[in-house]
Amino acid sequence: MESKFGDYLLSVDHISLSFGGVKALKDISFGIREKEVFAIIGPNGAGKTSMLNVINGFYHPQEGEITYKGVHRKQMKSHDAAVHGIARTFQNVALFKGMSTLDNIMTGRIIHMKRNLFWQAIYLGPARKEEMANREYVEDIIDFLEIQAIRRTPVGRLPYGLQKRVELGRALAMEPDLLLLDEPMAGMNIEEKQDMCRFVLDVNDQYGTTIALIEHDMSVVMDISDKVVVLDYGEKLAEGTPDEIRGNQTVIDAYLGVTTAN
Amino acid sequence: MLYREAGQFKTTYIRDQELFPVKQDRWGIFVIIGFSFIIVPLIANDYWLQAILIPFLIYSLSALGLNLLTGYAGQLSLGTGGFMAVGAYACYKLVTVFPETNVIILILISGLFSAGIGLIFGIPSLRIKGFYLAVATLAAQFFFEWLFGRVQWFYNYNNSGAIEVPVRNFFDIAVTGPTATTQARYMVVLCIVTVLALVAVNLVRGRIGRAWMAIRDMDIAAELIGIRPFPTKLIAFAISSYYAGVAGALFVFTYLGSAEVEVFDINMSFEILFMVIIGGLGSISGAFLGAAFIVLIPILITNLPLILGIPINSATVEHFNFMILGALIVLFLIFEPHGLAKIWSIVREKLRAWPFPY
Amino acid sequence: MEILTTIFIQPFFDMAADPILFLQVIWEGFVTGILYSLIALGFVLIFKASGVFNFAQGIMVVFAALTLVGLHENGIPAYIALPITILVMYALAFSVERLVLRPLVNQPDIILFMATIGVTFFLIGFGEFIFGGEPKMMITEELLLPYGSITFFDDMLILQEIDIAASGIAALALIFLALFLGKTKIGIALRAVADDNQAALSVGVSLNTIWVLVWFISGIIALITGIMWGAKSDVSFALSIIAFKALPVLILGGFTSVQGAIVGGLIIGIGEKIGEFYWGDLVGGSIESWLAYMIALVFLLFRPQGLFGEKIIERV
Repeated sequence: MESKFGDYLLSVDHISLSFGGVKALKDISFGIREKEVFAIIGPNGAGKTSMLNVINGFYHPQEGEITYKGVHRKQMKSHDAAVHGIARTFQNVALFKGMSTLDNIMTGRIIHMKRNLFWQAIYLGPARKEEMANREYVEDIIDFLEIQAIRRTPVGRLPYGLQKRVELGRALAMEPDLLLLDEPMAGMNIEEKQDMCRFVLDVNDQYGTTIALIEHDMSVVMDISDKVVVLDYGEKLAEGTPDEIRGNQTVIDAYLGVTTAN
Repeated sequence: MLYREAGQFKTTYIRDQELFPVKQDRWGIFVIIGFSFIIVPLIANDYWLQAILIPFLIYSLSALGLNLLTGYAGQLSLGTGGFMAVGAYACYKLVTVFPETNVIILILISGLFSAGIGLIFGIPSLRIKGFYLAVATLAAQFFFEWLFGRVQWFYNYNNSGAIEVPVRNFFDIAVTGPTATTQARYMVVLCIVTVLALVAVNLVRGRIGRAWMAIRDMDIAAELIGIRPFPTKLIAFAISSYYAGVAGALFVFTYLGSAEVEVFDINMSFEILFMVIIGGLGSISGAFLGAAFIVLIPILITNLPLILGIPINSATVEHFNFMILGALIVLFLIFEPHGLAKIWSIVREKLRAWPFPY
Repeated sequence: MEILTTIFIQPFFDMAADPILFLQVIWEGFVTGILYSLIALGFVLIFKASGVFNFAQGIMVVFAALTLVGLHENGIPAYIALPITILVMYALAFSVERLVLRPLVNQPDIILFMATIGVTFFLIGFGEFIFGGEPKMMITEELLLPYGSITFFDDMLILQEIDIAASGIAALALIFLALFLGKTKIGIALRAVADDNQAALSVGVSLNTIWVLVWFISGIIALITGIMWGAKSDVSFALSIIAFKALPVLILGGFTSVQGAIVGGLIIGIGEKIGEFYWGDLVGGSIESWLAYMIALVFLLFRPQGLFGEKIIERV
């Protein structure tokens, strides 16, 4: 089992983040290995989303260091993170409402498109060729996610579950090495959840993408993740395989105990 | 011929990404372009060309530019009039300094000056959004109105304070100045507007257009998928101002013949903005529809009572124009924020499905 | 070198050489600034209560003044014309709420902003259609406002009585407003709405009533400003350009701050008068038309939220 994973793709060391006087993250350290499905869990307000925001450079931590692909840095810049292969979906769907599904996923290709303004303005030769190559890549993703029928639909009109799928598509279009998923299954019914699980595992399998996800549904987390880290009030409670977490008394007290008691 | 796309299959992505995927649309646009290039100059009289078609095309161009910035990139500007003035005065200076150079090239170059200016006034968009930015662009409007009115160098120290367009030829045909025929001026405007409209269409359907729309719809998400917001916005400002600048140059050189800076006052900025809103934010054809609409309203207000036999003086026409424009803006924002272009596309959808709407 | 002296040193010598003149310039700026502050204040009220960036605030000033003068021109005495004008401002507030704000509720801010530009155009056309486009005189005397002048330092410093009255009335208006917002039930409801629309709704504050109310209050502030301004020049829609000056004031003061509107108005008013008087001639004069905007623009680059505005933390 352990042989499936490579070296550490990303590790965070002693990260602390605060807003004014509020400490959102306190001295957090963990590492994500290549090809791993890594879950971050914890109760509401535990700092999970803040952690993802730190990883892809939207928040800048006051203390600590991030090592990504062997390069140490104090903080990520969001643009650098994107260009160097960190893609992301959001807790509240952050699609571009005025554009179609196809265009939304095409925006994920922007970092891979290089033609200058002149060629774009005449839209012949190289610009068109580039456009078509990227369109084909995007069509593969559309096939993979089974959303062919809504290709031309403005995303604002889609139901929530499909919007989440399109958002995953946009992230995949970036050809990420590390994919951050913020509650990918929140608000979904059981079938949609099953579909989403399948996509996440397939992405991990087919593209070899490393995945870090936040999720509240414990059965999902325990099923699909290789490694779990538990946060509570901005502090790291535990880290380990799903089985280890299940048996960890601190975690049960702080978090899992509540759910099992229901 | 029914408006129907059944049976028109696309076998390649190139065909699918065409400008007008439906065959009937493609024919329609060819007919419109052919008509305006060949038939219009032959049949239209001077009144139609001078009072309606030439201003319509120039306003369309300017509205197109503003639509790229506001409708696509989501950055509101109230300084369009100022940017147009930069184009007009740059062109005037260029034409008097380089009398031998082809005037059409100079018109196109003068757009670059306003593009540069637009770039500078786009810098605040780094820090501010929405109406804060609108106020910042008003600075451009008032500054350039003052600059071109006060600094005599810009109008070559004319006593009148106005810039007068000299006669310039294009292959021995006068295209600007008092001796140019209306037809010649119309053709110049039409060619430039057609080319620039095509460029705009290409820009918005490619990478840069999608980057603009991404910034418009959700700038934070756009940044996290690797779009740099600042350069993307700046490019929008520059290109939009280029269109405004060329439109400004054409406005003086092919439409008015001579002008003072007052023609580019703040009401001009508002009128262009209204064209964009009424025509449809984020739509290329909307710019043309909106311009047509706003050019035609005062003509209708003037002529309708005349036809009905009610006397109306020009001041009242002006007042009614303001009232109707204001009311229309509010109505459009309430009932169809995507403007005439959206109404047209709804009609098209209906036609597509007709006669079996389900 | 000489140019640098003229720009950076000479003006300050001029100020020091004739301090009374300098004082005069500051006073002029102060009076203008107060009027800017009043326009900005009407604006801040509306923005706080409804989140609408009301571009029409400047035009409302002219519209109110025009209605007052127009009614008087048609033979209605001032003491009747004034209440009628107040009624007109209420009707305006009511119509705006019914016809513009209510249908557009929950639309993006920028749409509402553009709608108020539409309102601006409509008001210009409507006002000119009813009362005619030619400039009119403000009925200063009939409103019992003073119109003489007081002089100090052997006639060197001249203060118009109307300006003093304007400052006084503006101060009074501010005190009333502060009392109204702080002490009355409606005022407190209004502040609740400003903090959180949804929460205010859930405790039983009617948004629609509040909106009509703030627009009405802004209308009255506009009327006061219009009277003062009209007394200094004349009443016509050419004034509307000057009314746009409230926008840089807002940027300086922040969109949500009453203190900001006042301080911003005074800074812009005094700043542009000094700029015009001591530097204007160096570049051809009339720099008043854009100086305020340039100040605001520079300001935006360094402190986008304004002097008193709150900093916004973005979240995903």
